Amino acid sequence: MIRLNINGQDREIDVDPETPLLWVLRDELGMTGTKYGCGIAACGACTIHLDGMAVRSCQTMASDAEGMAIVTIEGVDGKAAKAVQAAWRELEVPQCGYCQSGQILAATALLAETPKPSDEDIDMAMSGNVCRCATYTRIRAAIHRAAETMEG
Amino acid sequence: MFHVMKRMQDAAARPTRRNFLKMSAVAAGGLVVGSRLAVPGIAQANGASTEDAFTPFIRISPEGIVTVLNKHLDMGQGNATGLATLVAEELDAAPEQMRAEFAPADTGRYKNLAFGMQGTGGSTAIANSFEQYRKAGATARAMLVAAAAKAWGVPAAEITVSGGTISHGSGKSGTFGEFAEAAAKLEAPAEVTLKSPDQWVYIGKSFPRLDVPNKTVGAPNTYGMDVQRDDMLVAVLTRPLAFGAKVASFDASAARAVKGVVDVIEVPGHGVAVLATSTWPAIKASEALEIEWDETGAETRSSDALFAEFRELAETAGPVFRDDGDAEAAIAGAATVVEQVFEFPYLAHGMMEPMVLTIHVEGERASLWYPSQFQTVDQQTAAAVLGIAPENVTIHTLYGGGSFGRRTTPDARHIVEAATIAKLWGKSQPIKLVYTREDDTRAGYYRPMGVHKVRAGLDADGNLVGWHHRIVQQSLMSGTFFEQYMVHDGIDETSVEGVKDASYAIPAFHAELHSPKVGVPVLWWRSVGHTQTGYVVEAMMDKAARAAGVDPLEFRRRHLSQPSGIAERDKDNARKLGVLEKVAEMSGWAGPENGDRFRGIAVHKSFNTYVAEVAEVSRRDDGTFRIENVWCAVDCGVAVNPDNVKAQMEGGIGYGLAAVLFSEITLTDGHVDQVNFDSYRPMRIEDMPHVEVEVLASAEAPSGAGEPGTPPIGPAVANAILAATGELPAVLPLTKTGLA
Repeated sequence: MIRLNINGQDREIDVDPETPLLWVLRDELGMTGTKYGCGIAACGACTIHLDGMAVRSCQTMASDAEGMAIVTIEGVDGKAAKAVQAAWRELEVPQCGYCQSGQILAATALLAETPKPSDEDIDMAMSGNVCRCATYTRIRAAIHRAAETMEG
Repeated sequence: MFHVMKRMQDAAARPTRRNFLKMSAVAAGGLVVGSRLAVPGIAQANGASTEDAFTPFIRISPEGIVTVLNKHLDMGQGNATGLATLVAEELDAAPEQMRAEFAPADTGRYKNLAFGMQGTGGSTAIANSFEQYRKAGATARAMLVAAAAKAWGVPAAEITVSGGTISHGSGKSGTFGEFAEAAAKLEAPAEVTLKSPDQWVYIGKSFPRLDVPNKTVGAPNTYGMDVQRDDMLVAVLTRPLAFGAKVASFDASAARAVKGVVDVIEVPGHGVAVLATSTWPAIKASEALEIEWDETGAETRSSDALFAEFRELAETAGPVFRDDGDAEAAIAGAATVVEQVFEFPYLAHGMMEPMVLTIHVEGERASLWYPSQFQTVDQQTAAAVLGIAPENVTIHTLYGGGSFGRRTTPDARHIVEAATIAKLWGKSQPIKLVYTREDDTRAGYYRPMGVHKVRAGLDADGNLVGWHHRIVQQSLMSGTFFEQYMVHDGIDETSVEGVKDASYAIPAFHAELHSPKVGVPVLWWRSVGHTQTGYVVEAMMDKAARAAGVDPLEFRRRHLSQPSGIAERDKDNARKLGVLEKVAEMSGWAGPENGDRFRGIAVHKSFNTYVAEVAEVSRRDDGTFRIENVWCAVDCGVAVNPDNVKAQMEGGIGYGLAAVLFSEITLTDGHVDQVNFDSYRPMRIEDMPHVEVEVLASAEAPSGAGEPGTPPIGPAVANAILAATGELPAVLPLTKTGLA
């Protein structure tokens, strides 16, 4: 039995402690907003926040997340998250959308840390998040847009 | 994708004229508008009632929610919104009340009018639905207006509809929901008049994408991978490393020891499947399987050996698919001859959501949940494997996490796999077949590898006088049921599109195709044959322009502005010139050199859409190139949603760039070398250039947007590198030659 705090709620889950957090979220808890893309931390589709840091849930053992604050796309909130999600809608970033949960979590973590990122900051922070629809130009623009709205 | 299958429309038994857009009441108390099929063979033969034969395209609920049934798969290209836009336009609905839902699998009702089967591809979704869905919207509007007129006792002609509100000069007004039920009791008009383009409020302007809000909050039940059913098992299938290999023996003891594993079964002809109660144990157990493969009869050649064979074939004559004038003589007499051999690797589609499919067989019925891109074939295939009637196979289509062609396979392999596993398992239990990324990368169905050899001759004035083109490429269509429609006298149309219709003024043009057999399954990949033919034709144009000492834009102008005597070709050339001039203007084209940066230009027609692109590159100290800027001009006829067309161009450019710069599938002794996104390198945000797109205003019929952005980017980059180095990059991806 492992104890996880997910989106502010304590959960007890009967699962092999070595199970990647990704599959605990998706299969055990039915929180499918966090996506499986590669399973080797090469695409970022499974990005979540662990104590505010963007991490790949496919490479995080469930037991390693015990005692930490886990935030997923279903629960992400706060000034940066709201600004990012609003900018994503305003600029209509998603195409297929499958990677966008991870993109949004990564962008939110970036803006929480760096409220006014340069293109280089964005490239650095978002490099681990692959979008095969190549919505990158809009991701970049939306992060700048979110930064503006956070300022205002 | 399979746009060239238009021919199939003629070949297929055409239904009698459709008695378009009758309407019908539904139990829910709303209004449903669709078309009645006047097709005895489909409706009555099934013993279906009149109401069953009614094709719903729109549902209007008493709450005023307008749901558009999308007969296509939306895998990111935006057709769910596109079709809803068409309906909202004629209905004069408000965007907020519009919803989109995927239609069930039902070929008779929801066929793609471009090719007579229910499926999505060839960038046809908007083109083939343009009239159909607008008429549905106009009919619904007329019904609502008639109901309001009756209720208010005023002439229908005095009623106006705007933004979802029905109103009359007397001050009366109402919502769609208020009149939906009354409208459902009325007769549908026999004919409706569609708006003229000057009356459009959404088409050609803007309309919010309906799927975006859900895709920014991780909404459940959006994608195939999200499907969860009670009592569901997850299956992971281990396939052979060499295509065509068979299981000789396997040891599943370690796999069975994984907690959560329910069974391990051999799936004859496919591999070994692990069934588990959830995904992770299924993946872990499949990695613990020990399988001996029998590679007798399997494809065991390496890609180097295949390229060597292809290059040799490129030196020999093959079946001819175009022969205008005497190209050999023209080239022999030319003042200058340019020659180039091109090599293209296999490519995986690499969409973000790997292949996935959930199936539940219950006696004589089966339900499937997944992003179905080819309902007609998928439904028939599932039925055939399970030995049940096709109409007993229900397909619940979900959004696709990308596809780029991958989710529509003529042999419906993923359906066969899932249905076979379900059949072998025998219990009536939902089974979700999950492809891991590794499975998805290595399972085949690649963009075919190819070799092109081109010789072109120029006269002393720098005009092209002869073109000799030989293609060596595995056929996409041979061996599939498409062969009868798509392969003629040994020529697979998808191998030659883009060369066969190359429209430059070249008096003598000769082209041949070799279609060697390789045991690697191949498939259409965003823009199909054009990924290679567009590259070759446009890169050769720059090589020829350089030999002629003429600016590449000017060289294209010269060869596009001479009347050919063929109306279709002249029209192509006029529209190509239109996008070329626009992109030249956007980029401020003043030749290939721009300070320490270099530029390349290319134009290509695919899926009846014309796209010109300029790529600007810079050279890094290590000799690799960075793509800095791309300008793109597109003419896709009427752009229903210009911003979405822009998004598709941006995405098409990025997708094409990945292939040009980084991506390749290679084989060693028949085994795929690439495994995951670590070795099958995708584009990342830092690789993405700044992109600027303009959509040309046009009154032409709408054509595709999903694919046509991809073909020009490769040659635009190649031509920029040619300008920088003097050498035309002719082997892809560019990483292979140290250029990326």
